[in-house]
Amino acid sequence: MDTEYAYSVSMSIRHGLLALLERGPSHGYQLRAEFDAATGATWPLNVGQVYTTLARLERDGLVAQDGVPDTEGRIAYRLTDQGRDEVRAWFGSPVNQKAAPRDELAIKLALAVTTPGVDVLSVVQTQRTSTMTAMQEFTRLKVRAAEDDLAWSLVLDSMVFRAEAEIRWLDHCEARVARAAARRPQNTAVETSSAPTGPAARR
Amino acid sequence: MSAPVLLLAGVTRDHVQGGETVHALRGVDLAVHAGELVAVMGPSGSGKSTLLHVAGGLDSPTSGRVLVEDRDLATLSAAQVAAVRRRSVGYVFQDLNLLPSLSALENVSLPLELDGTRGSMARRAAREALDEVGMGALAGRFPDEMSGGQQQRVAIARALVGPRRLLLADEPTGALDSTTGEEVLRILRARCEAGAAGVLVTHEARHAAWADRVVFLRDGVVVDQSGPAAGAETLLAAGGGA
Repeated sequence: MDTEYAYSVSMSIRHGLLALLERGPSHGYQLRAEFDAATGATWPLNVGQVYTTLARLERDGLVAQDGVPDTEGRIAYRLTDQGRDEVRAWFGSPVNQKAAPRDELAIKLALAVTTPGVDVLSVVQTQRTSTMTAMQEFTRLKVRAAEDDLAWSLVLDSMVFRAEAEIRWLDHCEARVARAAARRPQNTAVETSSAPTGPAARR
Repeated sequence: MSAPVLLLAGVTRDHVQGGETVHALRGVDLAVHAGELVAVMGPSGSGKSTLLHVAGGLDSPTSGRVLVEDRDLATLSAAQVAAVRRRSVGYVFQDLNLLPSLSALENVSLPLELDGTRGSMARRAAREALDEVGMGALAGRFPDEMSGGQQQRVAIARALVGPRRLLLADEPTGALDSTTGEEVLRILRARCEAGAAGVLVTHEARHAAWADRVVFLRDGVVVDQSGPAAGAETLLAAGGGA
């Protein structure tokens, strides 16, 4: 569904900008550059989208203007408490397989590793559990599928394999985050506070 | 709900390797009921094989309790634990499952005969177990006359022959291609639906997806688990934010 897709893209931009503002007040041009830097420009934004989104976020009370315009007339925005809660809720919830463009997960993780205070390993595990649940549902449908319904069974297989690829990628992300954190135990943006999954627990 | 077939409560297991203590399991709670297949997923070194060994009485926990069909293994003598292993627990491993000099039927009936069941009765039970995994027609074949998938099916029959209700499988599809591996998982799942309690240890998400519940193990701790009920709630709860 095109409108659904467009909706979830705009939701991802909202959350992406909010996550970037977690690092400190910033204005539209800067946010666009940081978004591109964090996501490797896989999802380029134009500055118009950024300002439209900021205006909506301000309307919704998630961001507020920070001080007066600078010499070039640019206005910086900062997160409100409500905006901060929204960021936390976004990182805490899995990406919905059915509605979201697949890139949202890549974007979420790219921002998670660069946003202070985010437990990346728990973002990874939240997604892994969600994807595994979806995979179990596909497999359950396969068990129930009539033996002669090869077409349906193959469609289900395609969903299973796609989910598997995502989990393998999450495993890979987790291993790399843990290794990066082990290499730089201090002053790192990568937060690994939850003791059981944190690098301190690793040998 | 009836008592679980397998219950791990606060199980820890320390190994000493080269003078250093390794905490393979650090307080694991797990209950597996009849009719349920639970997958334990984790990277290598997460403690999943240790968990399976402890659950099957092949290894003892450093602390915590392991109950198989309501019997606390720590309170039993070595001989009694061995009896639990033979009578209550069936194992399926990645390879080295079948004795090459015995037919499928003999491989399946052997554990019963070792346990004192009379030959004719043991063979009848073995034939039933082979029928249940769709291998009845190949009962007379030797392992080298069967495909990898067929051998693994025989191994599942052997693991569940007689009154045993706890099935422990360690990467049972490891050496098989994806289609054959899937057949083995289908049978494993069917056996659990028919009343066995199963624990499947794997690092493959696609295999774990055959389970009713997936437990994620990291560094000897269960960090999360997924199941159909939890999944639906998670999706509903996430609906507002996504």
